Amino acid sequence: MIRGVKGSLLAAVSLALVGCAASGGGDVASASDKPADKPVKFNKDPYPSTYKGYPTRLTVVKGVTIFDGEGGRIDNGSIVMTSGKVDRIGGPDMELPTDADVIDGTGKFLTPGVIDIHSHLGDYPSPGVDAHSDGNEATSPTTPEVWSEHSVWPQDPGFSRALANGGVTALQILPGSANLMGGRSITLKNVPSRTVQGMKFPGAPYGLKMACGENPKRVYGGKGRMPSTRMGNFAVNRATWQKAAAYKKKMDEGKAVDRDLAMETLAGVLSGEILVHNHCYRADEMALVIDMSKEFGYKVSTFHHAVESYKIADILAKEGICSAMWADWWGFKMEAYDSVNENIPLVYKAGACTIVHSDDANQIQRLNQEAAKARAAGRRIGIDVSDEQAWTWLSYNPAKALGIADRTGSLKPGKMADVVLWNGNPFSAYTRPEKVWIDGALMFDANDPKRRPVSDFELGQPGEGDVK
Amino acid sequence: MIRALLLSAAALIAVPAAAQDVAIVNAKLVIGDGSAPIEGGTVVVRGGKVVAAGAGVAVPAGVERVDAQGRYVTPGIVAAFSRVGLTEVDAVTGTNDRSAPRTRFSAGLDIAPALNPMGSPVAVNRASGVTRAIVAPGGSSNLFAGQGAVVDLADDMDMVTKPRALQYVAFGEDGSAKAGGSRAATFLLFREQLLAARSYARNPASLAEWGNDAMIQRADADALVRVIDGTTPLFVRVDRAADIVNVIKLRQEFPALKLVLVGVTEGWLVAREIAAAKVPVLVSPLTDLPGTFEQLGATQSNAGRLKAAGVDVSVGVFDDDDAHKMGYATQYAGNLVGLARVPGASGMTWDQAFASISSVPARAVGMEGSIGSLRPGRAGDVVIWDNDPLELGSRPTAVWIDGKAQSLTTRQDRLRDRYRTPQEGALPKAYDR
Repeated sequence: MIRGVKGSLLAAVSLALVGCAASGGGDVASASDKPADKPVKFNKDPYPSTYKGYPTRLTVVKGVTIFDGEGGRIDNGSIVMTSGKVDRIGGPDMELPTDADVIDGTGKFLTPGVIDIHSHLGDYPSPGVDAHSDGNEATSPTTPEVWSEHSVWPQDPGFSRALANGGVTALQILPGSANLMGGRSITLKNVPSRTVQGMKFPGAPYGLKMACGENPKRVYGGKGRMPSTRMGNFAVNRATWQKAAAYKKKMDEGKAVDRDLAMETLAGVLSGEILVHNHCYRADEMALVIDMSKEFGYKVSTFHHAVESYKIADILAKEGICSAMWADWWGFKMEAYDSVNENIPLVYKAGACTIVHSDDANQIQRLNQEAAKARAAGRRIGIDVSDEQAWTWLSYNPAKALGIADRTGSLKPGKMADVVLWNGNPFSAYTRPEKVWIDGALMFDANDPKRRPVSDFELGQPGEGDVK
Repeated sequence: MIRALLLSAAALIAVPAAAQDVAIVNAKLVIGDGSAPIEGGTVVVRGGKVVAAGAGVAVPAGVERVDAQGRYVTPGIVAAFSRVGLTEVDAVTGTNDRSAPRTRFSAGLDIAPALNPMGSPVAVNRASGVTRAIVAPGGSSNLFAGQGAVVDLADDMDMVTKPRALQYVAFGEDGSAKAGGSRAATFLLFREQLLAARSYARNPASLAEWGNDAMIQRADADALVRVIDGTTPLFVRVDRAADIVNVIKLRQEFPALKLVLVGVTEGWLVAREIAAAKVPVLVSPLTDLPGTFEQLGATQSNAGRLKAAGVDVSVGVFDDDDAHKMGYATQYAGNLVGLARVPGASGMTWDQAFASISSVPARAVGMEGSIGSLRPGRAGDVVIWDNDPLELGSRPTAVWIDGKAQSLTTRQDRLRDRYRTPQEGALPKAYDR
């Protein structure tokens, strides 16, 4: 991940991941609403989240510039956080509690926490040794039965870097992109924990990672297996969806079916419980995937690494599909050749859902900076994007695409207090997070070394507890 | 391709000398040597070189005058360590000349004839303000990767500023993999190859006597002789603190080695040793993860701590073996300025940070006198920026290389313009250009 990864083929495989979503939150559930002889019953949430917010204090930040995450801005604003929630935000006239911890935000900026919709922290952790390579179950082109949460190593030091340097409060961990259907993704709160269950975002839907293009056909073509072409990619996908549709039909009719972990995931997609996150660079392939989704009756939440979204931004807007993009990565593989610096603002201008993503343990530490570059590129060609509008690319839009926007991603009253206080404008290279709250709990404080998480792996190693 | 080549050749012949003479006035002038920006500054370029820069500099008669309108004017960025010119699309093997894993040669490899100035990465990096680059080969089948070059990113066919400007070798885990599996093998192989080259230098017939058992080829020996006598700087990739110390110790046996350390992730742990050895370093400053066990001490404060210890620190973008995004150098340098404001962290001042991507890498490769700053006598590589060059999204509005105004239009710009409105018109997009 660190060295030689981005440019290499190996990197392309490990980095170009597709996410998938799965149903979440349910207890023991029937696969069918209809009366049936032998309805399949299974626990849709067998590895339930054990995350509960950490201790909070009634906290006020005042005199601060606020981007609310949904495109709003308040100068000289204040926020009140209580019991893990955003209580209210407002201007200088807003009434503030008298018994709160008060932080002077003069000259500083306050935003919702950054949400990275595309990460491999935990499943391709640091150190990137072979023993840690847990992101691609590259033994079959379709593995919807694998769940990324079963690969996530909570001790990956990358989580703490994303928190302290990037202000990341939630992130989706996806399987890799070696496979057409790579498996289920998982959405995490960016809190340290002994277990992955202790990080799971309560009630977040699962995702299904899918991958277009070069990676699956290269990985399996290289093994002398199907798919070895883009048409092979589609043939394998369609055959698998056909099977899944038949499985779901049986379930819906209340007929007896054997438990099939792969089909349960795909049936979850077809029923809309699991969200499709599709790694797809090229515009023409995205258009074909859209037709495939209609052929089988599912919806793509987001195209990831969508470097050619600008070519079909009108179609993506009409279809209501998000694009998760880098600001300026290009040239590392053929399908990344037509990248342009204005991709993000052009998608935004077309009215399509716009997301900045990382797919990288380094870049996740500065998604705000990537958004700043994209915003500047847009302005140069006359696309006027304000700072507060650009922040939607970093929190509210990814939250929507992950199905958690009702709980986080903006600073609306009652939402989770996932909040970053920046020591300046977060669209400046000179700015860093000063404090990060997750569910109202102070999880990072640049002024307090005791509020800086150190993973088990880094204990007793050179630089333990360093600023990093 | 052919048309472009002809145009460039014609341009080279046709350009009158006067076209290379330019004075940029009313600049927020950054010399690039670590000094503070000069408001209302002027830089004069004649015959392709800087002749004067500063406040109160007169514009000679007959020299074209460009008004920078108070914007930042700086030397072009010097990419401290890159692969630009050696690859078009990394994963498309035929376009990728970074490494030669199946060659029988090693140190003798010379990247100069592999460079492609017409490649789109050259134009894209130029449009981000990079005018010169230190380019190193990626690797061979043997320990030494070969000889890199200092290049310019001008829109012409002559890319090489200085061929064989460096020899590259990786120690640490990468070196072990080349040498046979351990660090012990790396250090021994390094020593034996240098000794073989030295024997060859004293008695060229010795190589023939070794026959098929020769550890190196004649061309490799030629190149290593220049490393031993310090003619060619030796760029050494090394990260682990203990490895850094041992690489510096190589000078006990080979005292003329001109070492430049690349990576140096754990350098801050041995900053005093590096400073005492007066060895310059090239760092990728935002590396802060233990990506390998030789990077356990990784921190973004590495560059600042090394600088504070008195080490000459160049900032580059090379952890990803990059040829495409050298413009990240300005962003990374800007981050160092930001780090200086973080409690407990170390960064750089703005002036130091800019120098770390201009004059300091030029000095590391022994070319401080000819590139990397706007001091008189240096190449006329000048950039006018639309904003603070270390800030996010700032871009050049004009670039000169060797005093020649450069095109800043890229293939990416053409794609963007074609799809600014994505809907097709009366005819398909293919007719839209």
